[in-house]
Order: sequence, then structure tokens, then C-alpha cells
Amino acid sequence: MEQTTLRSAAIRDGLGVGLAVGLSGVAFGAAAVTAGLTVPQACVLSLLAFTGASQFAFAGAVGAGGDLVSAASGALLLGARNTLYGLRMADVLRVRGARKLGTAQGVIDETTAVALAQPTPEAARAGFFTTFAAVYVGWNVTTLLGAIGTSSLGDPGMLGLDVVGPATFLAILWPRLKERAELRALAAGGMAIALAATPFFPPGVPVLLAAVAVLVVMLR
Amino acid sequence: MTALWWAIAGVCLGCYALKLAGLAAPRQVLDHPVVSRFAELVPVALLAALIGVQMFTQDGALAFDLARTAGLGAAIVALLLRAPFLVVLAAAAAVTAVARVFLG
Repeated sequence: MEQTTLRSAAIRDGLGVGLAVGLSGVAFGAAAVTAGLTVPQACVLSLLAFTGASQFAFAGAVGAGGDLVSAASGALLLGARNTLYGLRMADVLRVRGARKLGTAQGVIDETTAVALAQPTPEAARAGFFTTFAAVYVGWNVTTLLGAIGTSSLGDPGMLGLDVVGPATFLAILWPRLKERAELRALAAGGMAIALAATPFFPPGVPVLLAAVAVLVVMLR
Repeated sequence: MTALWWAIAGVCLGCYALKLAGLAAPRQVLDHPVVSRFAELVPVALLAALIGVQMFTQDGALAFDLARTAGLGAAIVALLLRAPFLVVLAAAAAVTAVARVFLG
């Protein structure tokens, strides 16, 4: 009974997050088309890359006229945090063999956050797979809607969608910022480096340079 | 146009490989203190940098957009009030949209 309750709570969390991510999906579809990507290009990124921050970073750098190599590098450096989530989730999920290939696609911020918030391993697994399914469907459907809507309607800025990307990142960061002063300092430092570097480097590079702040904190 | 497709293919393949690498890596890797510390810190710095760049730059220069800043302020208020994720994003978008109507 207890197990079932925990599992349904985990499933509810997952579905809720899936719904919320839909709004970011519209914003990504809109941002991608505004940046000069086609509707199929926006959709392929959501289907196959399937990691919001990397996709926003790539579209942002392409839109700002950055070269494609630094646009892709920025996206991959951001995607590297999923490797770290994967290391953590391997322990929780305990998937074996070929099932790893499908499960891997679901290792992102939202699924990891929901899974790690659950009190039991069983609930964590239920939370992970429900969130993966809900976010995958929600993110892809809304990317398509946002991309089509923008290419036919125009300016996503009128709907305030340009703030959804940054607000999403802030919401993901928030629990960690509340936790420790060290992480608040790191966030402030990373942002300051990126802003200071913006006038002097091509788009995409300033975000990569923010990683220097990590080295400073680690060597301290 | 083709170059853009190649870049997209690289991002898609790379992002998937990064996820798989974590899930399939030997357990000892995470137990290394430097790896786990780096794992914790990198996303904080990069996400904060992305917020800064998307909020306060335009075409390679620093720029301030009052409506967008008001929207992020609304998101912070919503987070302080422990609002759910969807409410945080909706508040940010709504405030930015309304501010644009009034600010022109």
C-alpha cells in the first residue's frame, strides 16, 4: 500500500513536470525558427538531442551569427552535465544491456531531479520513466507547435517567450542556489565572466568561458 | 544550409553519446572526488552564464531589455513563493508580454 502511494506520487510529479516543460518547448520552437533554423531542424534537435539547455544554447549562438563549431561546442559542453547525471542515475535505475540504449536518451535535468526527489528506489524508477515519457512527448509536440506558430505568426517576443529559456534555467538552478552560498558565488561568477566576455568573443564562447569559474572554485 | 544540418547532426549525436557515457560508465568513476565535485559545479556556472547572456546581451553587446528583466523578476518572485515550475514560467512570460504592451 505504502509502496503504491509513493509510486503514484512519483508518477504525478513526472506528469506535472512534463506539462510544465511544454511551455519551454513552445519557447524553444519559437527561438529556433527566430534564429534561422527551419521547422524540421528544430524538430530533429528536440527528437534526437533532447536536452533543453543545449538546444537553447545552440539556437541562441546560431541566431547571434556565431560560427557553427563554437555553437555546437557550447551545446555539447552543456550536454556534458547529462553524463554526470547518468553516472548518478546508473545506480538508481539499474538497467542492463540493450535497455541502456533507450534509457540513456531520458537522462536529463528534469528526469534526474524527479527521480532523486523520491524516497524509495522503486518510486525513483517510476518517477524517472514517467517524467521521461511525459517530457519527451510534451517537449516534441510543443517544439513543433512553437516552430510552426513562429514561422506563420512571427515575433515570439510579443508573447514574452524570449524570457522562458532564462526562467527555465533559473528554476532548474534554484534549489541548488538556495542550498549553499558557494554555489551562489559560483553562479554570480559564471554570469559575470560570460557578460564581460560577450563584447570580445564570438557568440557561444562566453558561455564556455564561464567554466573557468568552476576551476577557480575547485582550486581554492 | 547543409553546414547547419551537419552541426545539428553533431549536436544530436554528441548529446546522446554524453548521456550514454554516464549511464554506461564504470561505477568507480563517480566515486572519484574530483569527478563528483566537477559534476556538481559545472551546470551551476554554465546555466548562470546562459541566463546572463540570454537576458542581458543582444548581437554581441551588452543590452538591457526592461520587459524581459521584469519577466525574470516575476519568475524570482514565483520561485520565492514556492510556485510550481509551470507557474514560474507562465508568470515570466505573462509579465514580459504585458510589459512590452505598455512599454511599446
